[in-house]
Amino acid sequence: MATIRIAAPDTASAGDVIELKALIQHPMETGYRSGPDGKRIERDIIERFEVTYDSETVFEADLHPGIAANPIFTFYTRATTSGPIEFKWTDQNGQSWSETHELMVE
Amino acid sequence: MKSGIAVVAAICLAACGNDRVAAPDTPPQPAPLKSGYAFLQPQTQALQDDDFANPSFLWVDRGEALFQEADGITDACSDCHAEGARSLASAAAHYPQIDQESGRLVNIEGRINLCRERYQDRPPLTYESDDLLALTAYVAHLARGEPVSVDIEGAAADWYSRGEDYFHTRRGQFNLACTQCHDENWGKKLRGDTISQGHGTGFPAYRLEWQTLGSLHRRLSDCDAGVRAEPRALGSDDYLAVELYLARRAEGLAIETPGVRR
Repeated sequence: MATIRIAAPDTASAGDVIELKALIQHPMETGYRSGPDGKRIERDIIERFEVTYDSETVFEADLHPGIAANPIFTFYTRATTSGPIEFKWTDQNGQSWSETHELMVE
Repeated sequence: MKSGIAVVAAICLAACGNDRVAAPDTPPQPAPLKSGYAFLQPQTQALQDDDFANPSFLWVDRGEALFQEADGITDACSDCHAEGARSLASAAAHYPQIDQESGRLVNIEGRINLCRERYQDRPPLTYESDDLLALTAYVAHLARGEPVSVDIEGAAADWYSRGEDYFHTRRGQFNLACTQCHDENWGKKLRGDTISQGHGTGFPAYRLEWQTLGSLHRRLSDCDAGVRAEPRALGSDDYLAVELYLARRAEGLAIETPGVRR
């Protein structure tokens, strides 16, 4: 189970630029390292991060093995209408984790 | 005649004093006392200061959830440790301490496992497992800002002197004692790093080198490996004793858990 932390405002005025932050617990194992037994540690990385706001994609990123463990993203979008912001991470095997934050726009 | 005695004394010093670097009289604190935080680069300090971006909080969050988790058979930690007398608000600043029932020295990890066995009928968690790290980080972070103050009297006295001994004993292929770096040479450079005073007040801490949260014992084990000595087992008596010595040595410094270190 991956622990996820989201920082986003609960309310905003229409037209406001809001800051969104998302952090997920993940080893981001490159597949190039070897363990104490000398054997190669299997590659295990998140490959995709997508954020939708009111069903529209507002941020997306492809992740590669050069990215550190427990990746954090900070980005901005413009508040338009009340609705859910969905953060979704997908790993190399297709497993995904997601978290939803409700934004109220006044 | 006189010179003969001097030679004997010199030989004895060389032979007997080789293992151990002189232990100072108490209190053994470096002056001025500086947390590991003071030796970090500004970017790493900023990461520790930001309660969102500091990745240790992934474990603190998880620890809080585990703390409140009842399994349907026994109580959750939070059922006993609510507000009031059993509140854990500053507990971590006074560990390691002697467990009255067994007379043994325990650190936070040990106390959590004792609680699980005695009151929750749950199996102990493995040292350095994500769950034990999470619970330890959560409990220790409740004491954030509290000055460290431990009891080294009574049954703890033997543990303390064992820890003091470990700290001042040369070991490994490099033949170095902890004190030679962390008392005598802190603030100087060791390759690309600045040598800290070796306080454990930020632990469990997120080390960038580890890319994960780790215990103080893991850090001690890394130091031992660094001087090419045989590392002790995590949770071993030796490391518990060192943890007590370090806590006494850091007396007055504030708990910073969850810290970020290089």
